[in-house]
Amino acid sequence: MNIGQLIRRGETCWEIPPTSAMRVPAVIYADEELIRAMDQKVYEQITNVATLPGIVEAAYAMPDAHWGYGFPIGGVAAFDPDQGGVVSAGGVGFDISCGVRTLYTGLTMDMLRSGLHRLADELYRAIPAGVGSRGKIHLNPHEMTAMLSGGARWAVDRGFGEAADLERIEEGGCMAGADPAQVSAKARERQRQEMGTLGSGNHYLEVQRVVEIYHRPIAEEFGLRTDGIVITIHCGSRGLGHQIGTEFLKEMAMAAAQYKIALPDRELACAPIRSPLGQRYLGAMRAAINCALANRQILTHLTRKAVDTLFPGVRLRLLYDVSHNTCKVEKYTVNGRKKELYIHRKGATRAYGPGHPDLPEAFRGVGQPVLIGGSMGTSSYVLCGTEKGASQAFSSACHGAGRAMSRHQATKQWRGRELVDELARQGIIIRSPSLRGIAEEAPLAYKDAGAVVDAADKAGLAHKIARLEPVICIKG
Amino acid sequence: MPKAQSQLPHWEHFDHDADMGIRDIAPTLAGSFEQAALALTAVITNPNTVGNTRALSIKCQAPDNELLFLDWINELIYQMSTQHLIFGCYKVKIEQGKLTATASGETVDRERHQPAVEIKGATFTELRVYRNEEAMWIAQCIVDV
Repeated sequence: MNIGQLIRRGETCWEIPPTSAMRVPAVIYADEELIRAMDQKVYEQITNVATLPGIVEAAYAMPDAHWGYGFPIGGVAAFDPDQGGVVSAGGVGFDISCGVRTLYTGLTMDMLRSGLHRLADELYRAIPAGVGSRGKIHLNPHEMTAMLSGGARWAVDRGFGEAADLERIEEGGCMAGADPAQVSAKARERQRQEMGTLGSGNHYLEVQRVVEIYHRPIAEEFGLRTDGIVITIHCGSRGLGHQIGTEFLKEMAMAAAQYKIALPDRELACAPIRSPLGQRYLGAMRAAINCALANRQILTHLTRKAVDTLFPGVRLRLLYDVSHNTCKVEKYTVNGRKKELYIHRKGATRAYGPGHPDLPEAFRGVGQPVLIGGSMGTSSYVLCGTEKGASQAFSSACHGAGRAMSRHQATKQWRGRELVDELARQGIIIRSPSLRGIAEEAPLAYKDAGAVVDAADKAGLAHKIARLEPVICIKG
Repeated sequence: MPKAQSQLPHWEHFDHDADMGIRDIAPTLAGSFEQAALALTAVITNPNTVGNTRALSIKCQAPDNELLFLDWINELIYQMSTQHLIFGCYKVKIEQGKLTATASGETVDRERHQPAVEIKGATFTELRVYRNEEAMWIAQCIVDV
């Protein structure tokens, strides 16, 4: 990105003042190196977001921001319904409520070592992953509707997991305001065989080892200790969310003129929050959030069963489940007044700080865990939300590293088999149905998440708590 | 690219940070949509590995060529997703904004096709359908994977 176009407001804060159609400034949180490496398209996209009706304070880009669709990936924007604010299907994206959950195992690397390959095989057998995989849970229309209303609560009621899990999921595992009636027959059909599946691309299940602790007291509150083993699942609302995104994106793009919204990019497709279309989208999108929460809950259940076959009696407890593609209603103080705002996070994680009333009791003293995913050979991180974050970017932080090169470039540079062997030499076991998929997801095809979380930490968006390294990766 | 080659129907991918662009060039609008579909298949697997044991009829209608292109690609994504199919051959007709097509292929074979990634949807990003100075039709967009 051309640094000359930005006003530096701090070591990790850069502002683009409003010009032409921008209603508010755009603010990017990153250090100078990340800014210089950032795609110029992020500038274009975040300034476009700043033109949308009813946007509050600023359009924000997180340190991992990269070229997305309409919104940059790593984009955050809040809209006020009292000011004609909009809800944007483009601002949430196709993979609605894509997110990450991490489970403690109570195991250490020493306890795991002898069973490592057997665990990789068992997880690969248990978790449907990749193109063409099918889940074993098929929902009839009535159960599909119940799932779309109930999310992870529905899953726990059906025997997939434990009631205690729900306290460790955003929204208590169930997104309020879901309207399954707004979920089309096509979206339901696309999900029919995909409950309890991982998907492909950058989605994964990883067995990870805690290798570094940055803040011991909070790490202990989170139950993280050096050499401890955790399991992390990264996936979203599967075909149902993709179809809802597809359908509403087109409908909102076509309806923009009717609502007198000038879209600088059709991918920013949106509708007024207080419009029939906006309300229909919110109902469907919230149902897709529930689908993602239910899906990760079923995957947790399958993971528990797989681990239990090799380590009987080991209880997998949930650290937390966070979503990073959502629009949620949250309360913030704007110009001295409490407002209910519609916060869009596209490739950004909510990061509530200590004392936030919506946090589970366990995290109210320290702030919520913010889970940042890596890619096969690279580190993942656990961060913690801050109080300061609420006034900086509506309590938001980064979500990952983003790609350093395209899939095409990656397949030119690496072969899947060689990568599997190289990662094995590094002590990382990969299981995947597709060698080409592995090449496209090569660790070095992604940026270093370390630089991204350092910038988030310096900016005060979230604080670094622990670093995790992969031991086993099940890739779609 | 030499002119003779550029005038043959063909497809290509173009880069996007996180995802993949599909672009296709052909003398006719319908031909460019056929090539686009091959580019879509190639995001997932090598189209030459795809057999021809199932055929599906697909119909779309839209007010302009760009929305028609988006609908066509999204309909293929939907059919592949719900029927676990991969397509290797496409025949497209377009008349007055109405598309009728046959997509031929087979059930995904994970060993043989080594499918790299599933496609979530076609986006408006880089979406363009136009004729270039050589009167060739070009249709393109980014697909989210």
